[in-house]
Amino acid sequence: MKRTPAPPHLRTLAILALAVVPAAGCKSEQRSFNETPPGATAFPAVQTTDIQAGPKTVDPSRGAYQENRWAVSQGSTLYEQFNCAGCHSPGGGGGMGPPLNDAEWIYGSDPENVYATIVEGRPNGMPSFRGRISNPQLWQLVAYVRSISGLTPKDTWSPRNDHMQEARPNRAARPQPQLP
Amino acid sequence: MSSTEARVPAGLLNPAERELMERTWRPRGGVWGWLIATDHKSIAKRYIITAFVFFLLGGIEAFLIRLQLARPENHLLDPDQYNQIFTMHGTTMMFLFGVPIQLAVALYLVPLMVGTRNVAFPRLNALGYWTYLIGGLFLYVSFFLNTGPDAGWFAYVPLSGPQFGAGKRVDVWAQMVTFTEIAALTAAVEIIVTVLKQRAPGMSLNRIPIYVWSVLVTSFLVLFAMPSVALASTAMLAMDRLVGTHFFNPAEGGDPLLWQHLFWFFGHPEVYIMFLPATGYVSGIIPVFARRKMVGHTALVLSLVATGFVSFGLWVHHMFTTGLPQLGQSFFTGASLMIAIPSGVQIFCWIATLWAGRPKFDTPLLFVIGFIVLFVCGGITGVMIASVPFDQQAHDTYFIVAHLHYVQVGAFVFPLFAAFYYWFPKLTGRMLSERMGKWNFWLFFVGVNVTFFPQHFLGLMGMTRRVYTYLPETGWGPLNLLSTVGAGIIAASVVLFLANVVRSLAAGLPAGNDPWGGHTLEWDTASPPPPYNFAHIPVVDGLYPLWERAPGAPVVTGMAAGKRQVLVTSVMDAEPESIYEHPAPSVWPLIVALAIGVTFIFGIFTPWAFLIGPALMFTPLVMWFWPKRKEPHERSFAEEPA
Amino acid sequence: MRRPSALLAALLPALALAACGHRDLSAVDPAGPQAARIADLTWYLTIVGSAVFVVTVAFLLYALWRGHRRVENYSGEAAERHIHRWIYGAIGVTTLILLVTLIYNFTTGRALANFAEPDALTIRVTGHQWWWQVQYVDPVPSNRFETANEIHVPVGRRVRIEVQAADVIHSFWVPNLHGKVDLIPGYTNTTYFRADRAGVYHGRCAEFCGYQHARMDFLVIADPPAQFAAWYRNQLRSAPPPADSVQQVGQQVFLSTRCAMCHAVRGTDAGSHVGPDLTHLASRGTLAAGTLPNLRGSLGGWVLDPQSIKPGAYMPPNPLKPDELHALLSYLESLK
Repeated sequence: MKRTPAPPHLRTLAILALAVVPAAGCKSEQRSFNETPPGATAFPAVQTTDIQAGPKTVDPSRGAYQENRWAVSQGSTLYEQFNCAGCHSPGGGGGMGPPLNDAEWIYGSDPENVYATIVEGRPNGMPSFRGRISNPQLWQLVAYVRSISGLTPKDTWSPRNDHMQEARPNRAARPQPQLP
Repeated sequence: MSSTEARVPAGLLNPAERELMERTWRPRGGVWGWLIATDHKSIAKRYIITAFVFFLLGGIEAFLIRLQLARPENHLLDPDQYNQIFTMHGTTMMFLFGVPIQLAVALYLVPLMVGTRNVAFPRLNALGYWTYLIGGLFLYVSFFLNTGPDAGWFAYVPLSGPQFGAGKRVDVWAQMVTFTEIAALTAAVEIIVTVLKQRAPGMSLNRIPIYVWSVLVTSFLVLFAMPSVALASTAMLAMDRLVGTHFFNPAEGGDPLLWQHLFWFFGHPEVYIMFLPATGYVSGIIPVFARRKMVGHTALVLSLVATGFVSFGLWVHHMFTTGLPQLGQSFFTGASLMIAIPSGVQIFCWIATLWAGRPKFDTPLLFVIGFIVLFVCGGITGVMIASVPFDQQAHDTYFIVAHLHYVQVGAFVFPLFAAFYYWFPKLTGRMLSERMGKWNFWLFFVGVNVTFFPQHFLGLMGMTRRVYTYLPETGWGPLNLLSTVGAGIIAASVVLFLANVVRSLAAGLPAGNDPWGGHTLEWDTASPPPPYNFAHIPVVDGLYPLWERAPGAPVVTGMAAGKRQVLVTSVMDAEPESIYEHPAPSVWPLIVALAIGVTFIFGIFTPWAFLIGPALMFTPLVMWFWPKRKEPHERSFAEEPA
Repeated sequence: MRRPSALLAALLPALALAACGHRDLSAVDPAGPQAARIADLTWYLTIVGSAVFVVTVAFLLYALWRGHRRVENYSGEAAERHIHRWIYGAIGVTTLILLVTLIYNFTTGRALANFAEPDALTIRVTGHQWWWQVQYVDPVPSNRFETANEIHVPVGRRVRIEVQAADVIHSFWVPNLHGKVDLIPGYTNTTYFRADRAGVYHGRCAEFCGYQHARMDFLVIADPPAQFAAWYRNQLRSAPPPADSVQQVGQQVFLSTRCAMCHAVRGTDAGSHVGPDLTHLASRGTLAAGTLPNLRGSLGGWVLDPQSIKPGAYMPPNPLKPDELHALLSYLESLK
């Protein structure tokens, strides 16, 4: 009686092959416990205006963690712990401080701009956190803040928190900022 | 209608008709034929192989866990890797190996044992397998892309929830549950309908083999338990994580305990889904190797049914430390103790049969004996942790790990190996080596005890579960190292088994129809069976058809050799009711399974998948269900329209 | 087939080994009545369970030996009846044992539950990822204080522990004193225990709670009443001002860098509740939730790089200059 040929064995081999494929690794799920990943310098070159002579001098691999889901999640935790929510509301709806979940960025929305804002502080009430928050945590906050404005890939956005939902950031209709 | 498909003469098939039957049932060849197969044996074999590959992967993960824990403060795995690996170990063993393999073996054996040609819905069977395969591949591909789940196989919220379960990892887990749940439900439906409506004439309910009873009860457990975890993970957890619902958010009226209730309402019957078919194997193997009919057939069947019912009343014993009211917890203690009684009845009947018979110590019986020893040990620790006060010390420690592995490895995997050794000749036509089998058994038995017995003490010494390391001052190092050595012995035993299989496939002794002297119908046909299982459907007149049948016993005649016909019989007494025509092999189940895959895999990333996926499914479903010109049921056997 | 009996013969003395393991985490070395009742039940279950195991396996081995010697099967009507009588007997014995076990269970459970007392010492424990917040709750507000990772209780007095969870599910477990109770967000669970002899008892988190579930231990220290009262009075005090210039610099480092963002020291401006309260850090036996001994070296290592000790914990690395670190450590050591 004719038996069906190789496929069962091929399939077994395929599954086994899958099992020994070295972990390709998915950067967006990487958990970096102990270091700031490459691309994030301690104090990056900050471009405060679009006008400049010659080509862009900003490091194109800027902004660590911008596509890292865990970092954005950590950023959301830090946002509560360091009481950013105290002025900007949970979820970034704004209050005493300006909203973070809209498309208006007074001091720029590039990762280095946001980093500089947190580190330097800004006029009219944004305190300076230089020396107060570690570098990896700063970049996690930067990633989170940009994510609630929709500037990071959609699958990194932090879903809802396990607490009272006071402010509902409007994620659906958010205009993208004009980037050069 | 051609003359070869004209009315079938009364009486046994002549050679031309046998040739016609072979041609009718022959599977298509090549890769295409393999993709469209609907023969239950073909599907079940790939199910078994796939599940076994997951068993090996789960075993590798277990070995990594043991290597990491062999010494205090070990640095083989960091906490993130460890969390992923122990989650994958539990998830693989429970969802991708435990339930599928039991259903797969059932899908192979049940039609043979009840004397029919295929399961009731062949294409649905194929759909189940493809869905399972897609789910398993999805989980493992995600794991290798660093997106494997890391919140435990039980995924308690809030750790697995939107705030604390960062990324897509837990979403992968939740959707994998969907795939395996669909597969399990389809298999359960197949088994129930086949067993109730397609038995050979004369196989009344009291003549059904105990193994078939065990998988029938198991299938009902699947039907009622699986929806609970599907609701909890596919619906509620996925929605909490992706859509922003608050099912498990206490701040907005949700409840983390709700997850635990829903999960364990499934989780407890789940272990009985794995255990009951194992008792079925044992009840099938013992009479053959004791060379005596089973003592207490009715008691064994009633024990299976009772265990099935009572298993739905135990789930809170996984939640004894959550602060639930004491009176309610006491009820679950009572039920958890009570379920020891039907299990005890089974053990007493098995021991009595061995005592009253003449045991022959071949490998299947050795694994059965090992099972009894390990199961009694695991059952006793189960009675211990059914006691709330003791469980308050033992819960979430290595005592529980020891218990669960004694009952899972001892009471499920040992009978499974017995079943492998027993039915391997039927599946492949070759015998496995007895010598290697005995080495396999002893290594496995010693290995399991060396690995898991010390863990009872570790638990009582305070070692909690799911820890990636421990301090040297705790004094847990030596017992952990011993446990790891045991894991190595188990690994050696499994490697030996694989070697046995490979060698026997190539050069094992030819088995013939009935190498063991079995009593159930599957031994009445070739090894491996032809695609149509039996040339003539047998007529059954006793509980042990092959032992009791007189030569020249009647068989069913009058079925068309040129059509894929199965006999449909009544539920209670298996009296013939009609003839049903099965469909030809079909590719539509594969396409539908792929569409299901698209829906749930891409659904993690975008809600559009829930529109596109079903849209993709529409056409294949239409093609699948396109009605045939003729009625599939025929009332009259001998008459055919001219 | 001697294996199972040999295993069993090892069981009883080996169980005693459990008590001889690390004394502080043994579930069969009770230091209070709650754990003692559970330990009694444990011994009962172990002894009865072992006996059942031995008897059952003995029957199995006997059955195999007897069957092996048979020339002919034992069948027939009389034979079936004979066998059935034995099975009914076995079922009867099984049911009886289970019933007795059930009743013993109930009585033990009732005794454990009826340990409440209105004027028990009340301690609220809140579980965080991966440390324990401990608040002594007194009817008089000025008698309340907060600490972390270490609980002191007076010997011979009942203690009420109220547990809550700040983030995910944890579980509070001190094997020497009582069974465990889960900390579930949205719920406050309560348990009672009493320590009947002075000593240091270790506790662990017993519900998987993330990366550092393995390193979320705590201490329960039972002191004689007078010692406990002294400890309590000390904990109520705020931190003293720095005693010398080095400690002064250390306090400056603490307040002006990252420490004050997450840690509180009563008596200073640092008031954050994100991380453990450090007001009396130097009075504790361990650091980092039972992970390190409370020594200057381990404290220095912990402050500089917590991620190499507890990877995944929320405390970031703190690269400090050597003299800053030295001053900070001196200040922290003054927080007795």
